[in-house]
Amino acid sequence: MDVPARTWAWLTNGANWSGEGGVWHLLGEHLYVSGVALALACAVALPVAFWLGHTGRGGALAVNISNVGRAVPVFAVLALFMVTPLRGAGYVPTIVALVLFAVPPLLTNAYVGMREVDRSVVEAARGMGMSGGQLLVRVELPLAYPMAMTGLRSAAVQVVATATIAAMVGQGGLGRIITAGFNTYDTPQVVAGALLVAVLALLVEAVLVAVDRMAAPLRRTV
Amino acid sequence: MAGRDCLVANDWICGEYLRSRSQELVDATAQHVQITVASVAIGLVVAFPLALIARGRPRFAGPVLGLTTVLYTIPSLAMFSLLLPFFGLSAALVVTGLVLYSLTILVRNTVAGLEAVPAETREAARGMGYGPVRMLWEVELPLALPAVMAGLRIATVSTVALTTVGSIVGRGGLGNLIEDALPSFFKAQVLTASVLCVLLAVAADLLLLGVQRLLTPWTRIRTAGSREAR
Repeated sequence: MDVPARTWAWLTNGANWSGEGGVWHLLGEHLYVSGVALALACAVALPVAFWLGHTGRGGALAVNISNVGRAVPVFAVLALFMVTPLRGAGYVPTIVALVLFAVPPLLTNAYVGMREVDRSVVEAARGMGMSGGQLLVRVELPLAYPMAMTGLRSAAVQVVATATIAAMVGQGGLGRIITAGFNTYDTPQVVAGALLVAVLALLVEAVLVAVDRMAAPLRRTV
Repeated sequence: MAGRDCLVANDWICGEYLRSRSQELVDATAQHVQITVASVAIGLVVAFPLALIARGRPRFAGPVLGLTTVLYTIPSLAMFSLLLPFFGLSAALVVTGLVLYSLTILVRNTVAGLEAVPAETREAARGMGYGPVRMLWEVELPLALPAVMAGLRIATVSTVALTTVGSIVGRGGLGNLIEDALPSFFKAQVLTASVLCVLLAVAADLLLLGVQRLLTPWTRIRTAGSREAR
């Protein structure tokens, strides 16, 4: 069993890092599709969630979307895209699938965050003569921020993890190293790829926790 | 005749496919169910003592919850791959990976459920002479059951979905059919297997919901009569 040693050898071999199929290129691809997908998902989910939360309607909708989303296998969605004409559209199938999977946690958490804002605070703000827009921006959004951020964190981690599966249907990203290793029965390469992906997922989680700590608007006053 | 044509025409929905490959579909579904049931059952057996440790010894609570959360962030493909040197291309590899995923949700919900048991209920039971073991089985667990079952439902539904990724080692149940169909763009097989997967998840969720209602008859009575009672 020399898998650890050969995995280390694979990871420290500069040839595996450079070039078209190298780690740096695949990492770039991985971060690009993840980033674009997350940005698109935020652009779609957050305004909807904040609006639904502000008006107080559509809660059941948000929760249901989230539950159904959990039941749909990522792999199946990607595979479905790959047997349509979409397969020829570069990164599009991966990005669309990732957006679909990032929307439920974003939408649900942001919505729940908005609804959990203390009603008496909202009433007081309204009593002070705040308009609907002022209420949303100055009261509801800051108070809903922690929950919305939790949603963003789980969405981001989910997106980075899901982007790995794209390699199983022939799309790009770090998962490529793993699937290529499987195809050539190269266990050390499979393990090396898995380690890289796992480290990336943990790094993303850690960075987001740190950003959250620094950016939380309420932490300064509490 | 129209049925024969749909395989040649590569339609999304094809009755002939369902007829001619029904055995294949049944086998894949059976494998899917076996892997899911084994994973969730083992997950529950492992999560329970972990939750008790996390609750009973606050010193261990942080590490237990932290570790299970870290496991959850590891992508499924990577998780299965990291276990490859230990299990080889086997169903045990997929089950182990899925057990590790289910732990996060199961441990968290069990701890939350146990912690939500009102202190006065515990005091009352202690006053009636309940020992720690009897307290756990007859007072705390029944009261924590709704939270535990909620966790079990989430874990089961996501396990059904994640099982498909096991097709990377050939043990993905319906995922195997999806992977087999990809190179030839066999639409009917991809769609049928995907739909079966979602139906399986929904069926499992409803089944567990039914079990929960059977196990906690008092919650129904309380929700039905709570307004009149107060």
